Amino acid sequence: MLVLDRVSKTYPNGVHALGGVSVEVDLGEIVAVIGGSGCGKSTLLRAVSGLDPASEGTVLLDGERITAPHEKIGIIFQEPRLLPWLKVAGNVGFGLGDRPRQERAVRVATALERVGLADKATMWPRELSGGQAQRVAIARALVPRPQLLLLDEPFSALDAFTRTDLQDHLLNLWADAKPTLILVTHDVDEAIVLADRVMVMCPRPGRIFDAIAVDLPRPRDRQSAAFDFVKRRVLAALDRSLSRAVQPADGEGKASAGAALWW
Amino acid sequence: MSLVTMTIAAEERGAVPAERAASRKWARLARPVLGLVLPVMLAVAWEFVVRMGWASGRLAPPPSVIFQEFVDLARSGDLQRNTLVTLGRVAAGFGCGVAVATIVGAAAGYSPLIRRLLDPSLQALRAIPSIAWVPLFVLWLGIFEASKITLIAVGVFFPVYLGVMGAIQSVDRKLVEVGRAFRLSDVQMVRRILLPAVLPAYVIALRSGLGLGWMFVAAAELLGASEGLGYLLLDGQELGKPAEIVAAIVAFAVVGKATDWLIALAAAPFLRWEDVVRQE
Ligand SMILES: Nc1ncnc2c1ncn2[C@@H]1O[C@H](COP(=O)(O)OP(=O)(O)OP(=O)(O)O)[C@@H](O)[C@H]1O
Ligand SMILES: [Mg+2]
Repeated sequence: MLVLDRVSKTYPNGVHALGGVSVEVDLGEIVAVIGGSGCGKSTLLRAVSGLDPASEGTVLLDGERITAPHEKIGIIFQEPRLLPWLKVAGNVGFGLGDRPRQERAVRVATALERVGLADKATMWPRELSGGQAQRVAIARALVPRPQLLLLDEPFSALDAFTRTDLQDHLLNLWADAKPTLILVTHDVDEAIVLADRVMVMCPRPGRIFDAIAVDLPRPRDRQSAAFDFVKRRVLAALDRSLSRAVQPADGEGKASAGAALWW
Repeated sequence: MSLVTMTIAAEERGAVPAERAASRKWARLARPVLGLVLPVMLAVAWEFVVRMGWASGRLAPPPSVIFQEFVDLARSGDLQRNTLVTLGRVAAGFGCGVAVATIVGAAAGYSPLIRRLLDPSLQALRAIPSIAWVPLFVLWLGIFEASKITLIAVGVFFPVYLGVMGAIQSVDRKLVEVGRAFRLSDVQMVRRILLPAVLPAYVIALRSGLGLGWMFVAAAELLGASEGLGYLLLDGQELGKPAEIVAAIVAFAVVGKATDWLIALAAAPFLRWEDVVRQE
């Protein structure tokens, strides 16, 4: 289980990006985090990952305090971040450096199979499309079998069609070992399709504004009335979180509300 | 189904690139030939002019005379001996220069403190034309090998230092973060992320350093040497033998190009991941 206890983050430049986030996430749960731009979603994810630890409060994974990257935690960034000097197979096996060659080869092959890229193993990253590269990144993060997988807008750079495709892929992969998933996204549909719980954040400093449970059976039908019902609730919460952001009336809040209009 | 598609795919993959590879091979062979057209034409023309008696060719000997000089020098063993001496000097100077430049450049690229400490002084030293050091080196180190090798090493140092420092500073922070996410140790981080990331720039730095090394070996030998290709230049000048001078120049060009090519060749297997555009 993942427990966040009053996690705060103040950057060295004085920006108070997180103001005490407390939340518990069960093993195997999928949590989506949405909120206006700059409300601290990435900061939260980086604090949980240990890449950029919280300045106050604690992150506990199975009772163990996380202050640096941990072997039980996998990360997928917005960009694939593949190492250009390793072939696809080398990238996927990057986190298995300490394992015997044989085991590594088998696990890499299985993972590539699972993301549908078995035939791309000997290609260079530059030879992949954006969606394929992100699938390789997913495989790379999953190969060490993390118990907690963190994703920061992993599909936001992809076209809508590829995005839904990868969402399905992600769900399939998740079903293999059922790790805990925390997914930051701007896409309300994506959040509802994937998550058991959608957390809406509000800015300055970043806090959890509302959490909406999604009790729909998987696979979820985006056209269904139940889906639409949840979506309305999430959008309403998002709206309220943004109008709260405008309240400080310093012009800055308005800008962020405007930026969020494209939802 | 998948078996069938796979076989077809494999066949296609096998057949098409084979043809393309063949034509690409021809293109690769033909490309240097294209570059040879101009020099060969000029050489033939000059040979013709001298043969026809339109010019004496005493100060600018025609290719046949230069070739004969080459053969004579090679037969007497002078060519090989002097080439080896020069090559040895470049190797020693290049080795020292690269070793120091790599360490200092890496330290300055890695640590802002060291960079602030060292870089201003090094940049100031860089502004001095390296040849200007010669009198000092001769006073300090004598007129023999040590001063020559030091001069070459100084020439090699700066491009390699700048290249290494710049390469390390511009390593993609996002890739370093991938290494952190996978909990690489410091040593692993260097070996698995930093080294491969800086290698392309390092090879370029080495090659420009080597170019300067050859430039400075010629300068050092011209300023006084009893053997070496630069000595052949001096000898040809003093005895009024332009063919010997040109033969030595050609030897410089050939050996210089060959060493550069060796570096490129040695690095090529490690740089195959780079975008093809940059290689062509
Ligand atoms: N490295 C940093 N140094 C200083 N301030 C930062 C840093 N990273 C983020 N911030 C600030 O912290 C706040 C939250 O940033 P964060 O990146 O977490 O937002 P976000 O919710 O991920 O936004 P987006 O949806 O645009 O990705 C912002 O006000 C940002 O300016
Ligand atoms: Mg972000």
